[in-house]
Amino acid sequence: MLELYGTRFTSRMLLGTAGYASPDILRQAVEASGAEIVTVSLRRESARARTGQGFWALIEQLGRRVLPNTAGCHTAKEAIATAQMARELFGTNWIKLEVIANDDTLQPDLFGLVEAAGVLCAEGFAVLPYTTEDLSAAERLIAAGCEVLMPWGSPIGSARGLANKSALQTLRAYFPDTPLIVDAGIGAPSHAAEAMELGYDGVLLNTAVAKAGDPVKMAEGFASGIKAGRLAFEAGMIEPRDMASPSTPLAGTPFFKIDHAS
Amino acid sequence: MQILLNGERFVTEATSLDELCAALGFADAKVATAVNGSFVAATARGNTQLTEADEVEIVAPRQGG
Repeated sequence: MLELYGTRFTSRMLLGTAGYASPDILRQAVEASGAEIVTVSLRRESARARTGQGFWALIEQLGRRVLPNTAGCHTAKEAIATAQMARELFGTNWIKLEVIANDDTLQPDLFGLVEAAGVLCAEGFAVLPYTTEDLSAAERLIAAGCEVLMPWGSPIGSARGLANKSALQTLRAYFPDTPLIVDAGIGAPSHAAEAMELGYDGVLLNTAVAKAGDPVKMAEGFASGIKAGRLAFEAGMIEPRDMASPSTPLAGTPFFKIDHAS
Repeated sequence: MQILLNGERFVTEATSLDELCAALGFADAKVATAVNGSFVAATARGNTQLTEADEVEIVAPRQGG
């Protein structure tokens, strides 16, 4: 069972709520995914459109734990103020902390991330930092008080899967007891399954489901992929080898001759 | 008084953040606020005086990844 900040979850999939064709498709996709945690954000509210008020009603209908993000923040100061607004708005101290370094790659600014994580953890936030696979940043985030790390698979929305698999493996091996969630870059259920096979505790994704031809079916596909990967990790996979190894017993093979070669 | 509301110039008679929210129809809305880059809790809006050129953010829940 997945345990994050003392709360247990049956599902290991965290699903984003952005980019769906309609609120109804979002609702169905969340349902099909089995996700118990959905990510949300906050944005400027127009007095005329009042868009956020309707979305809040939808969130309440979903009945899932919400994980607000600080998407779009480029400095620790912005991320801290956004997290504080999110805590009041959503009534949760959980925050997916993003401090973005570069608009083209949307890679985390690790320096700002560590700075913001330190402030927010001290203020009682449960910080889930969107980070890279960098080991030194991971150590500093944990020292700052983070109990969960969320390294990227590849850049947000890129659908490239696990771009640096060996570094993700190193991170897993180095932090055996810290919940690790691959966040971002997932494009296919096989990518998610691969992360789970490495022993990652969960996968957070959005675009791969929201922009799929059939988001509801894709949500189910990801749920299956994540479950399959987790089962494989728990079961223990066999080691790859260079040469073939017959799976059918050799003993009793018809026409088999022991001294065939000589 | 002219302020910057959600990144745009805005003229208001409101003297406090609380009054500004009410004037915009946000009195009972699901919104959070910040002034000049710092979070202002809902309970502190009444005591938060606005001054010329203040940068006010009023945000609400939105879809996110």
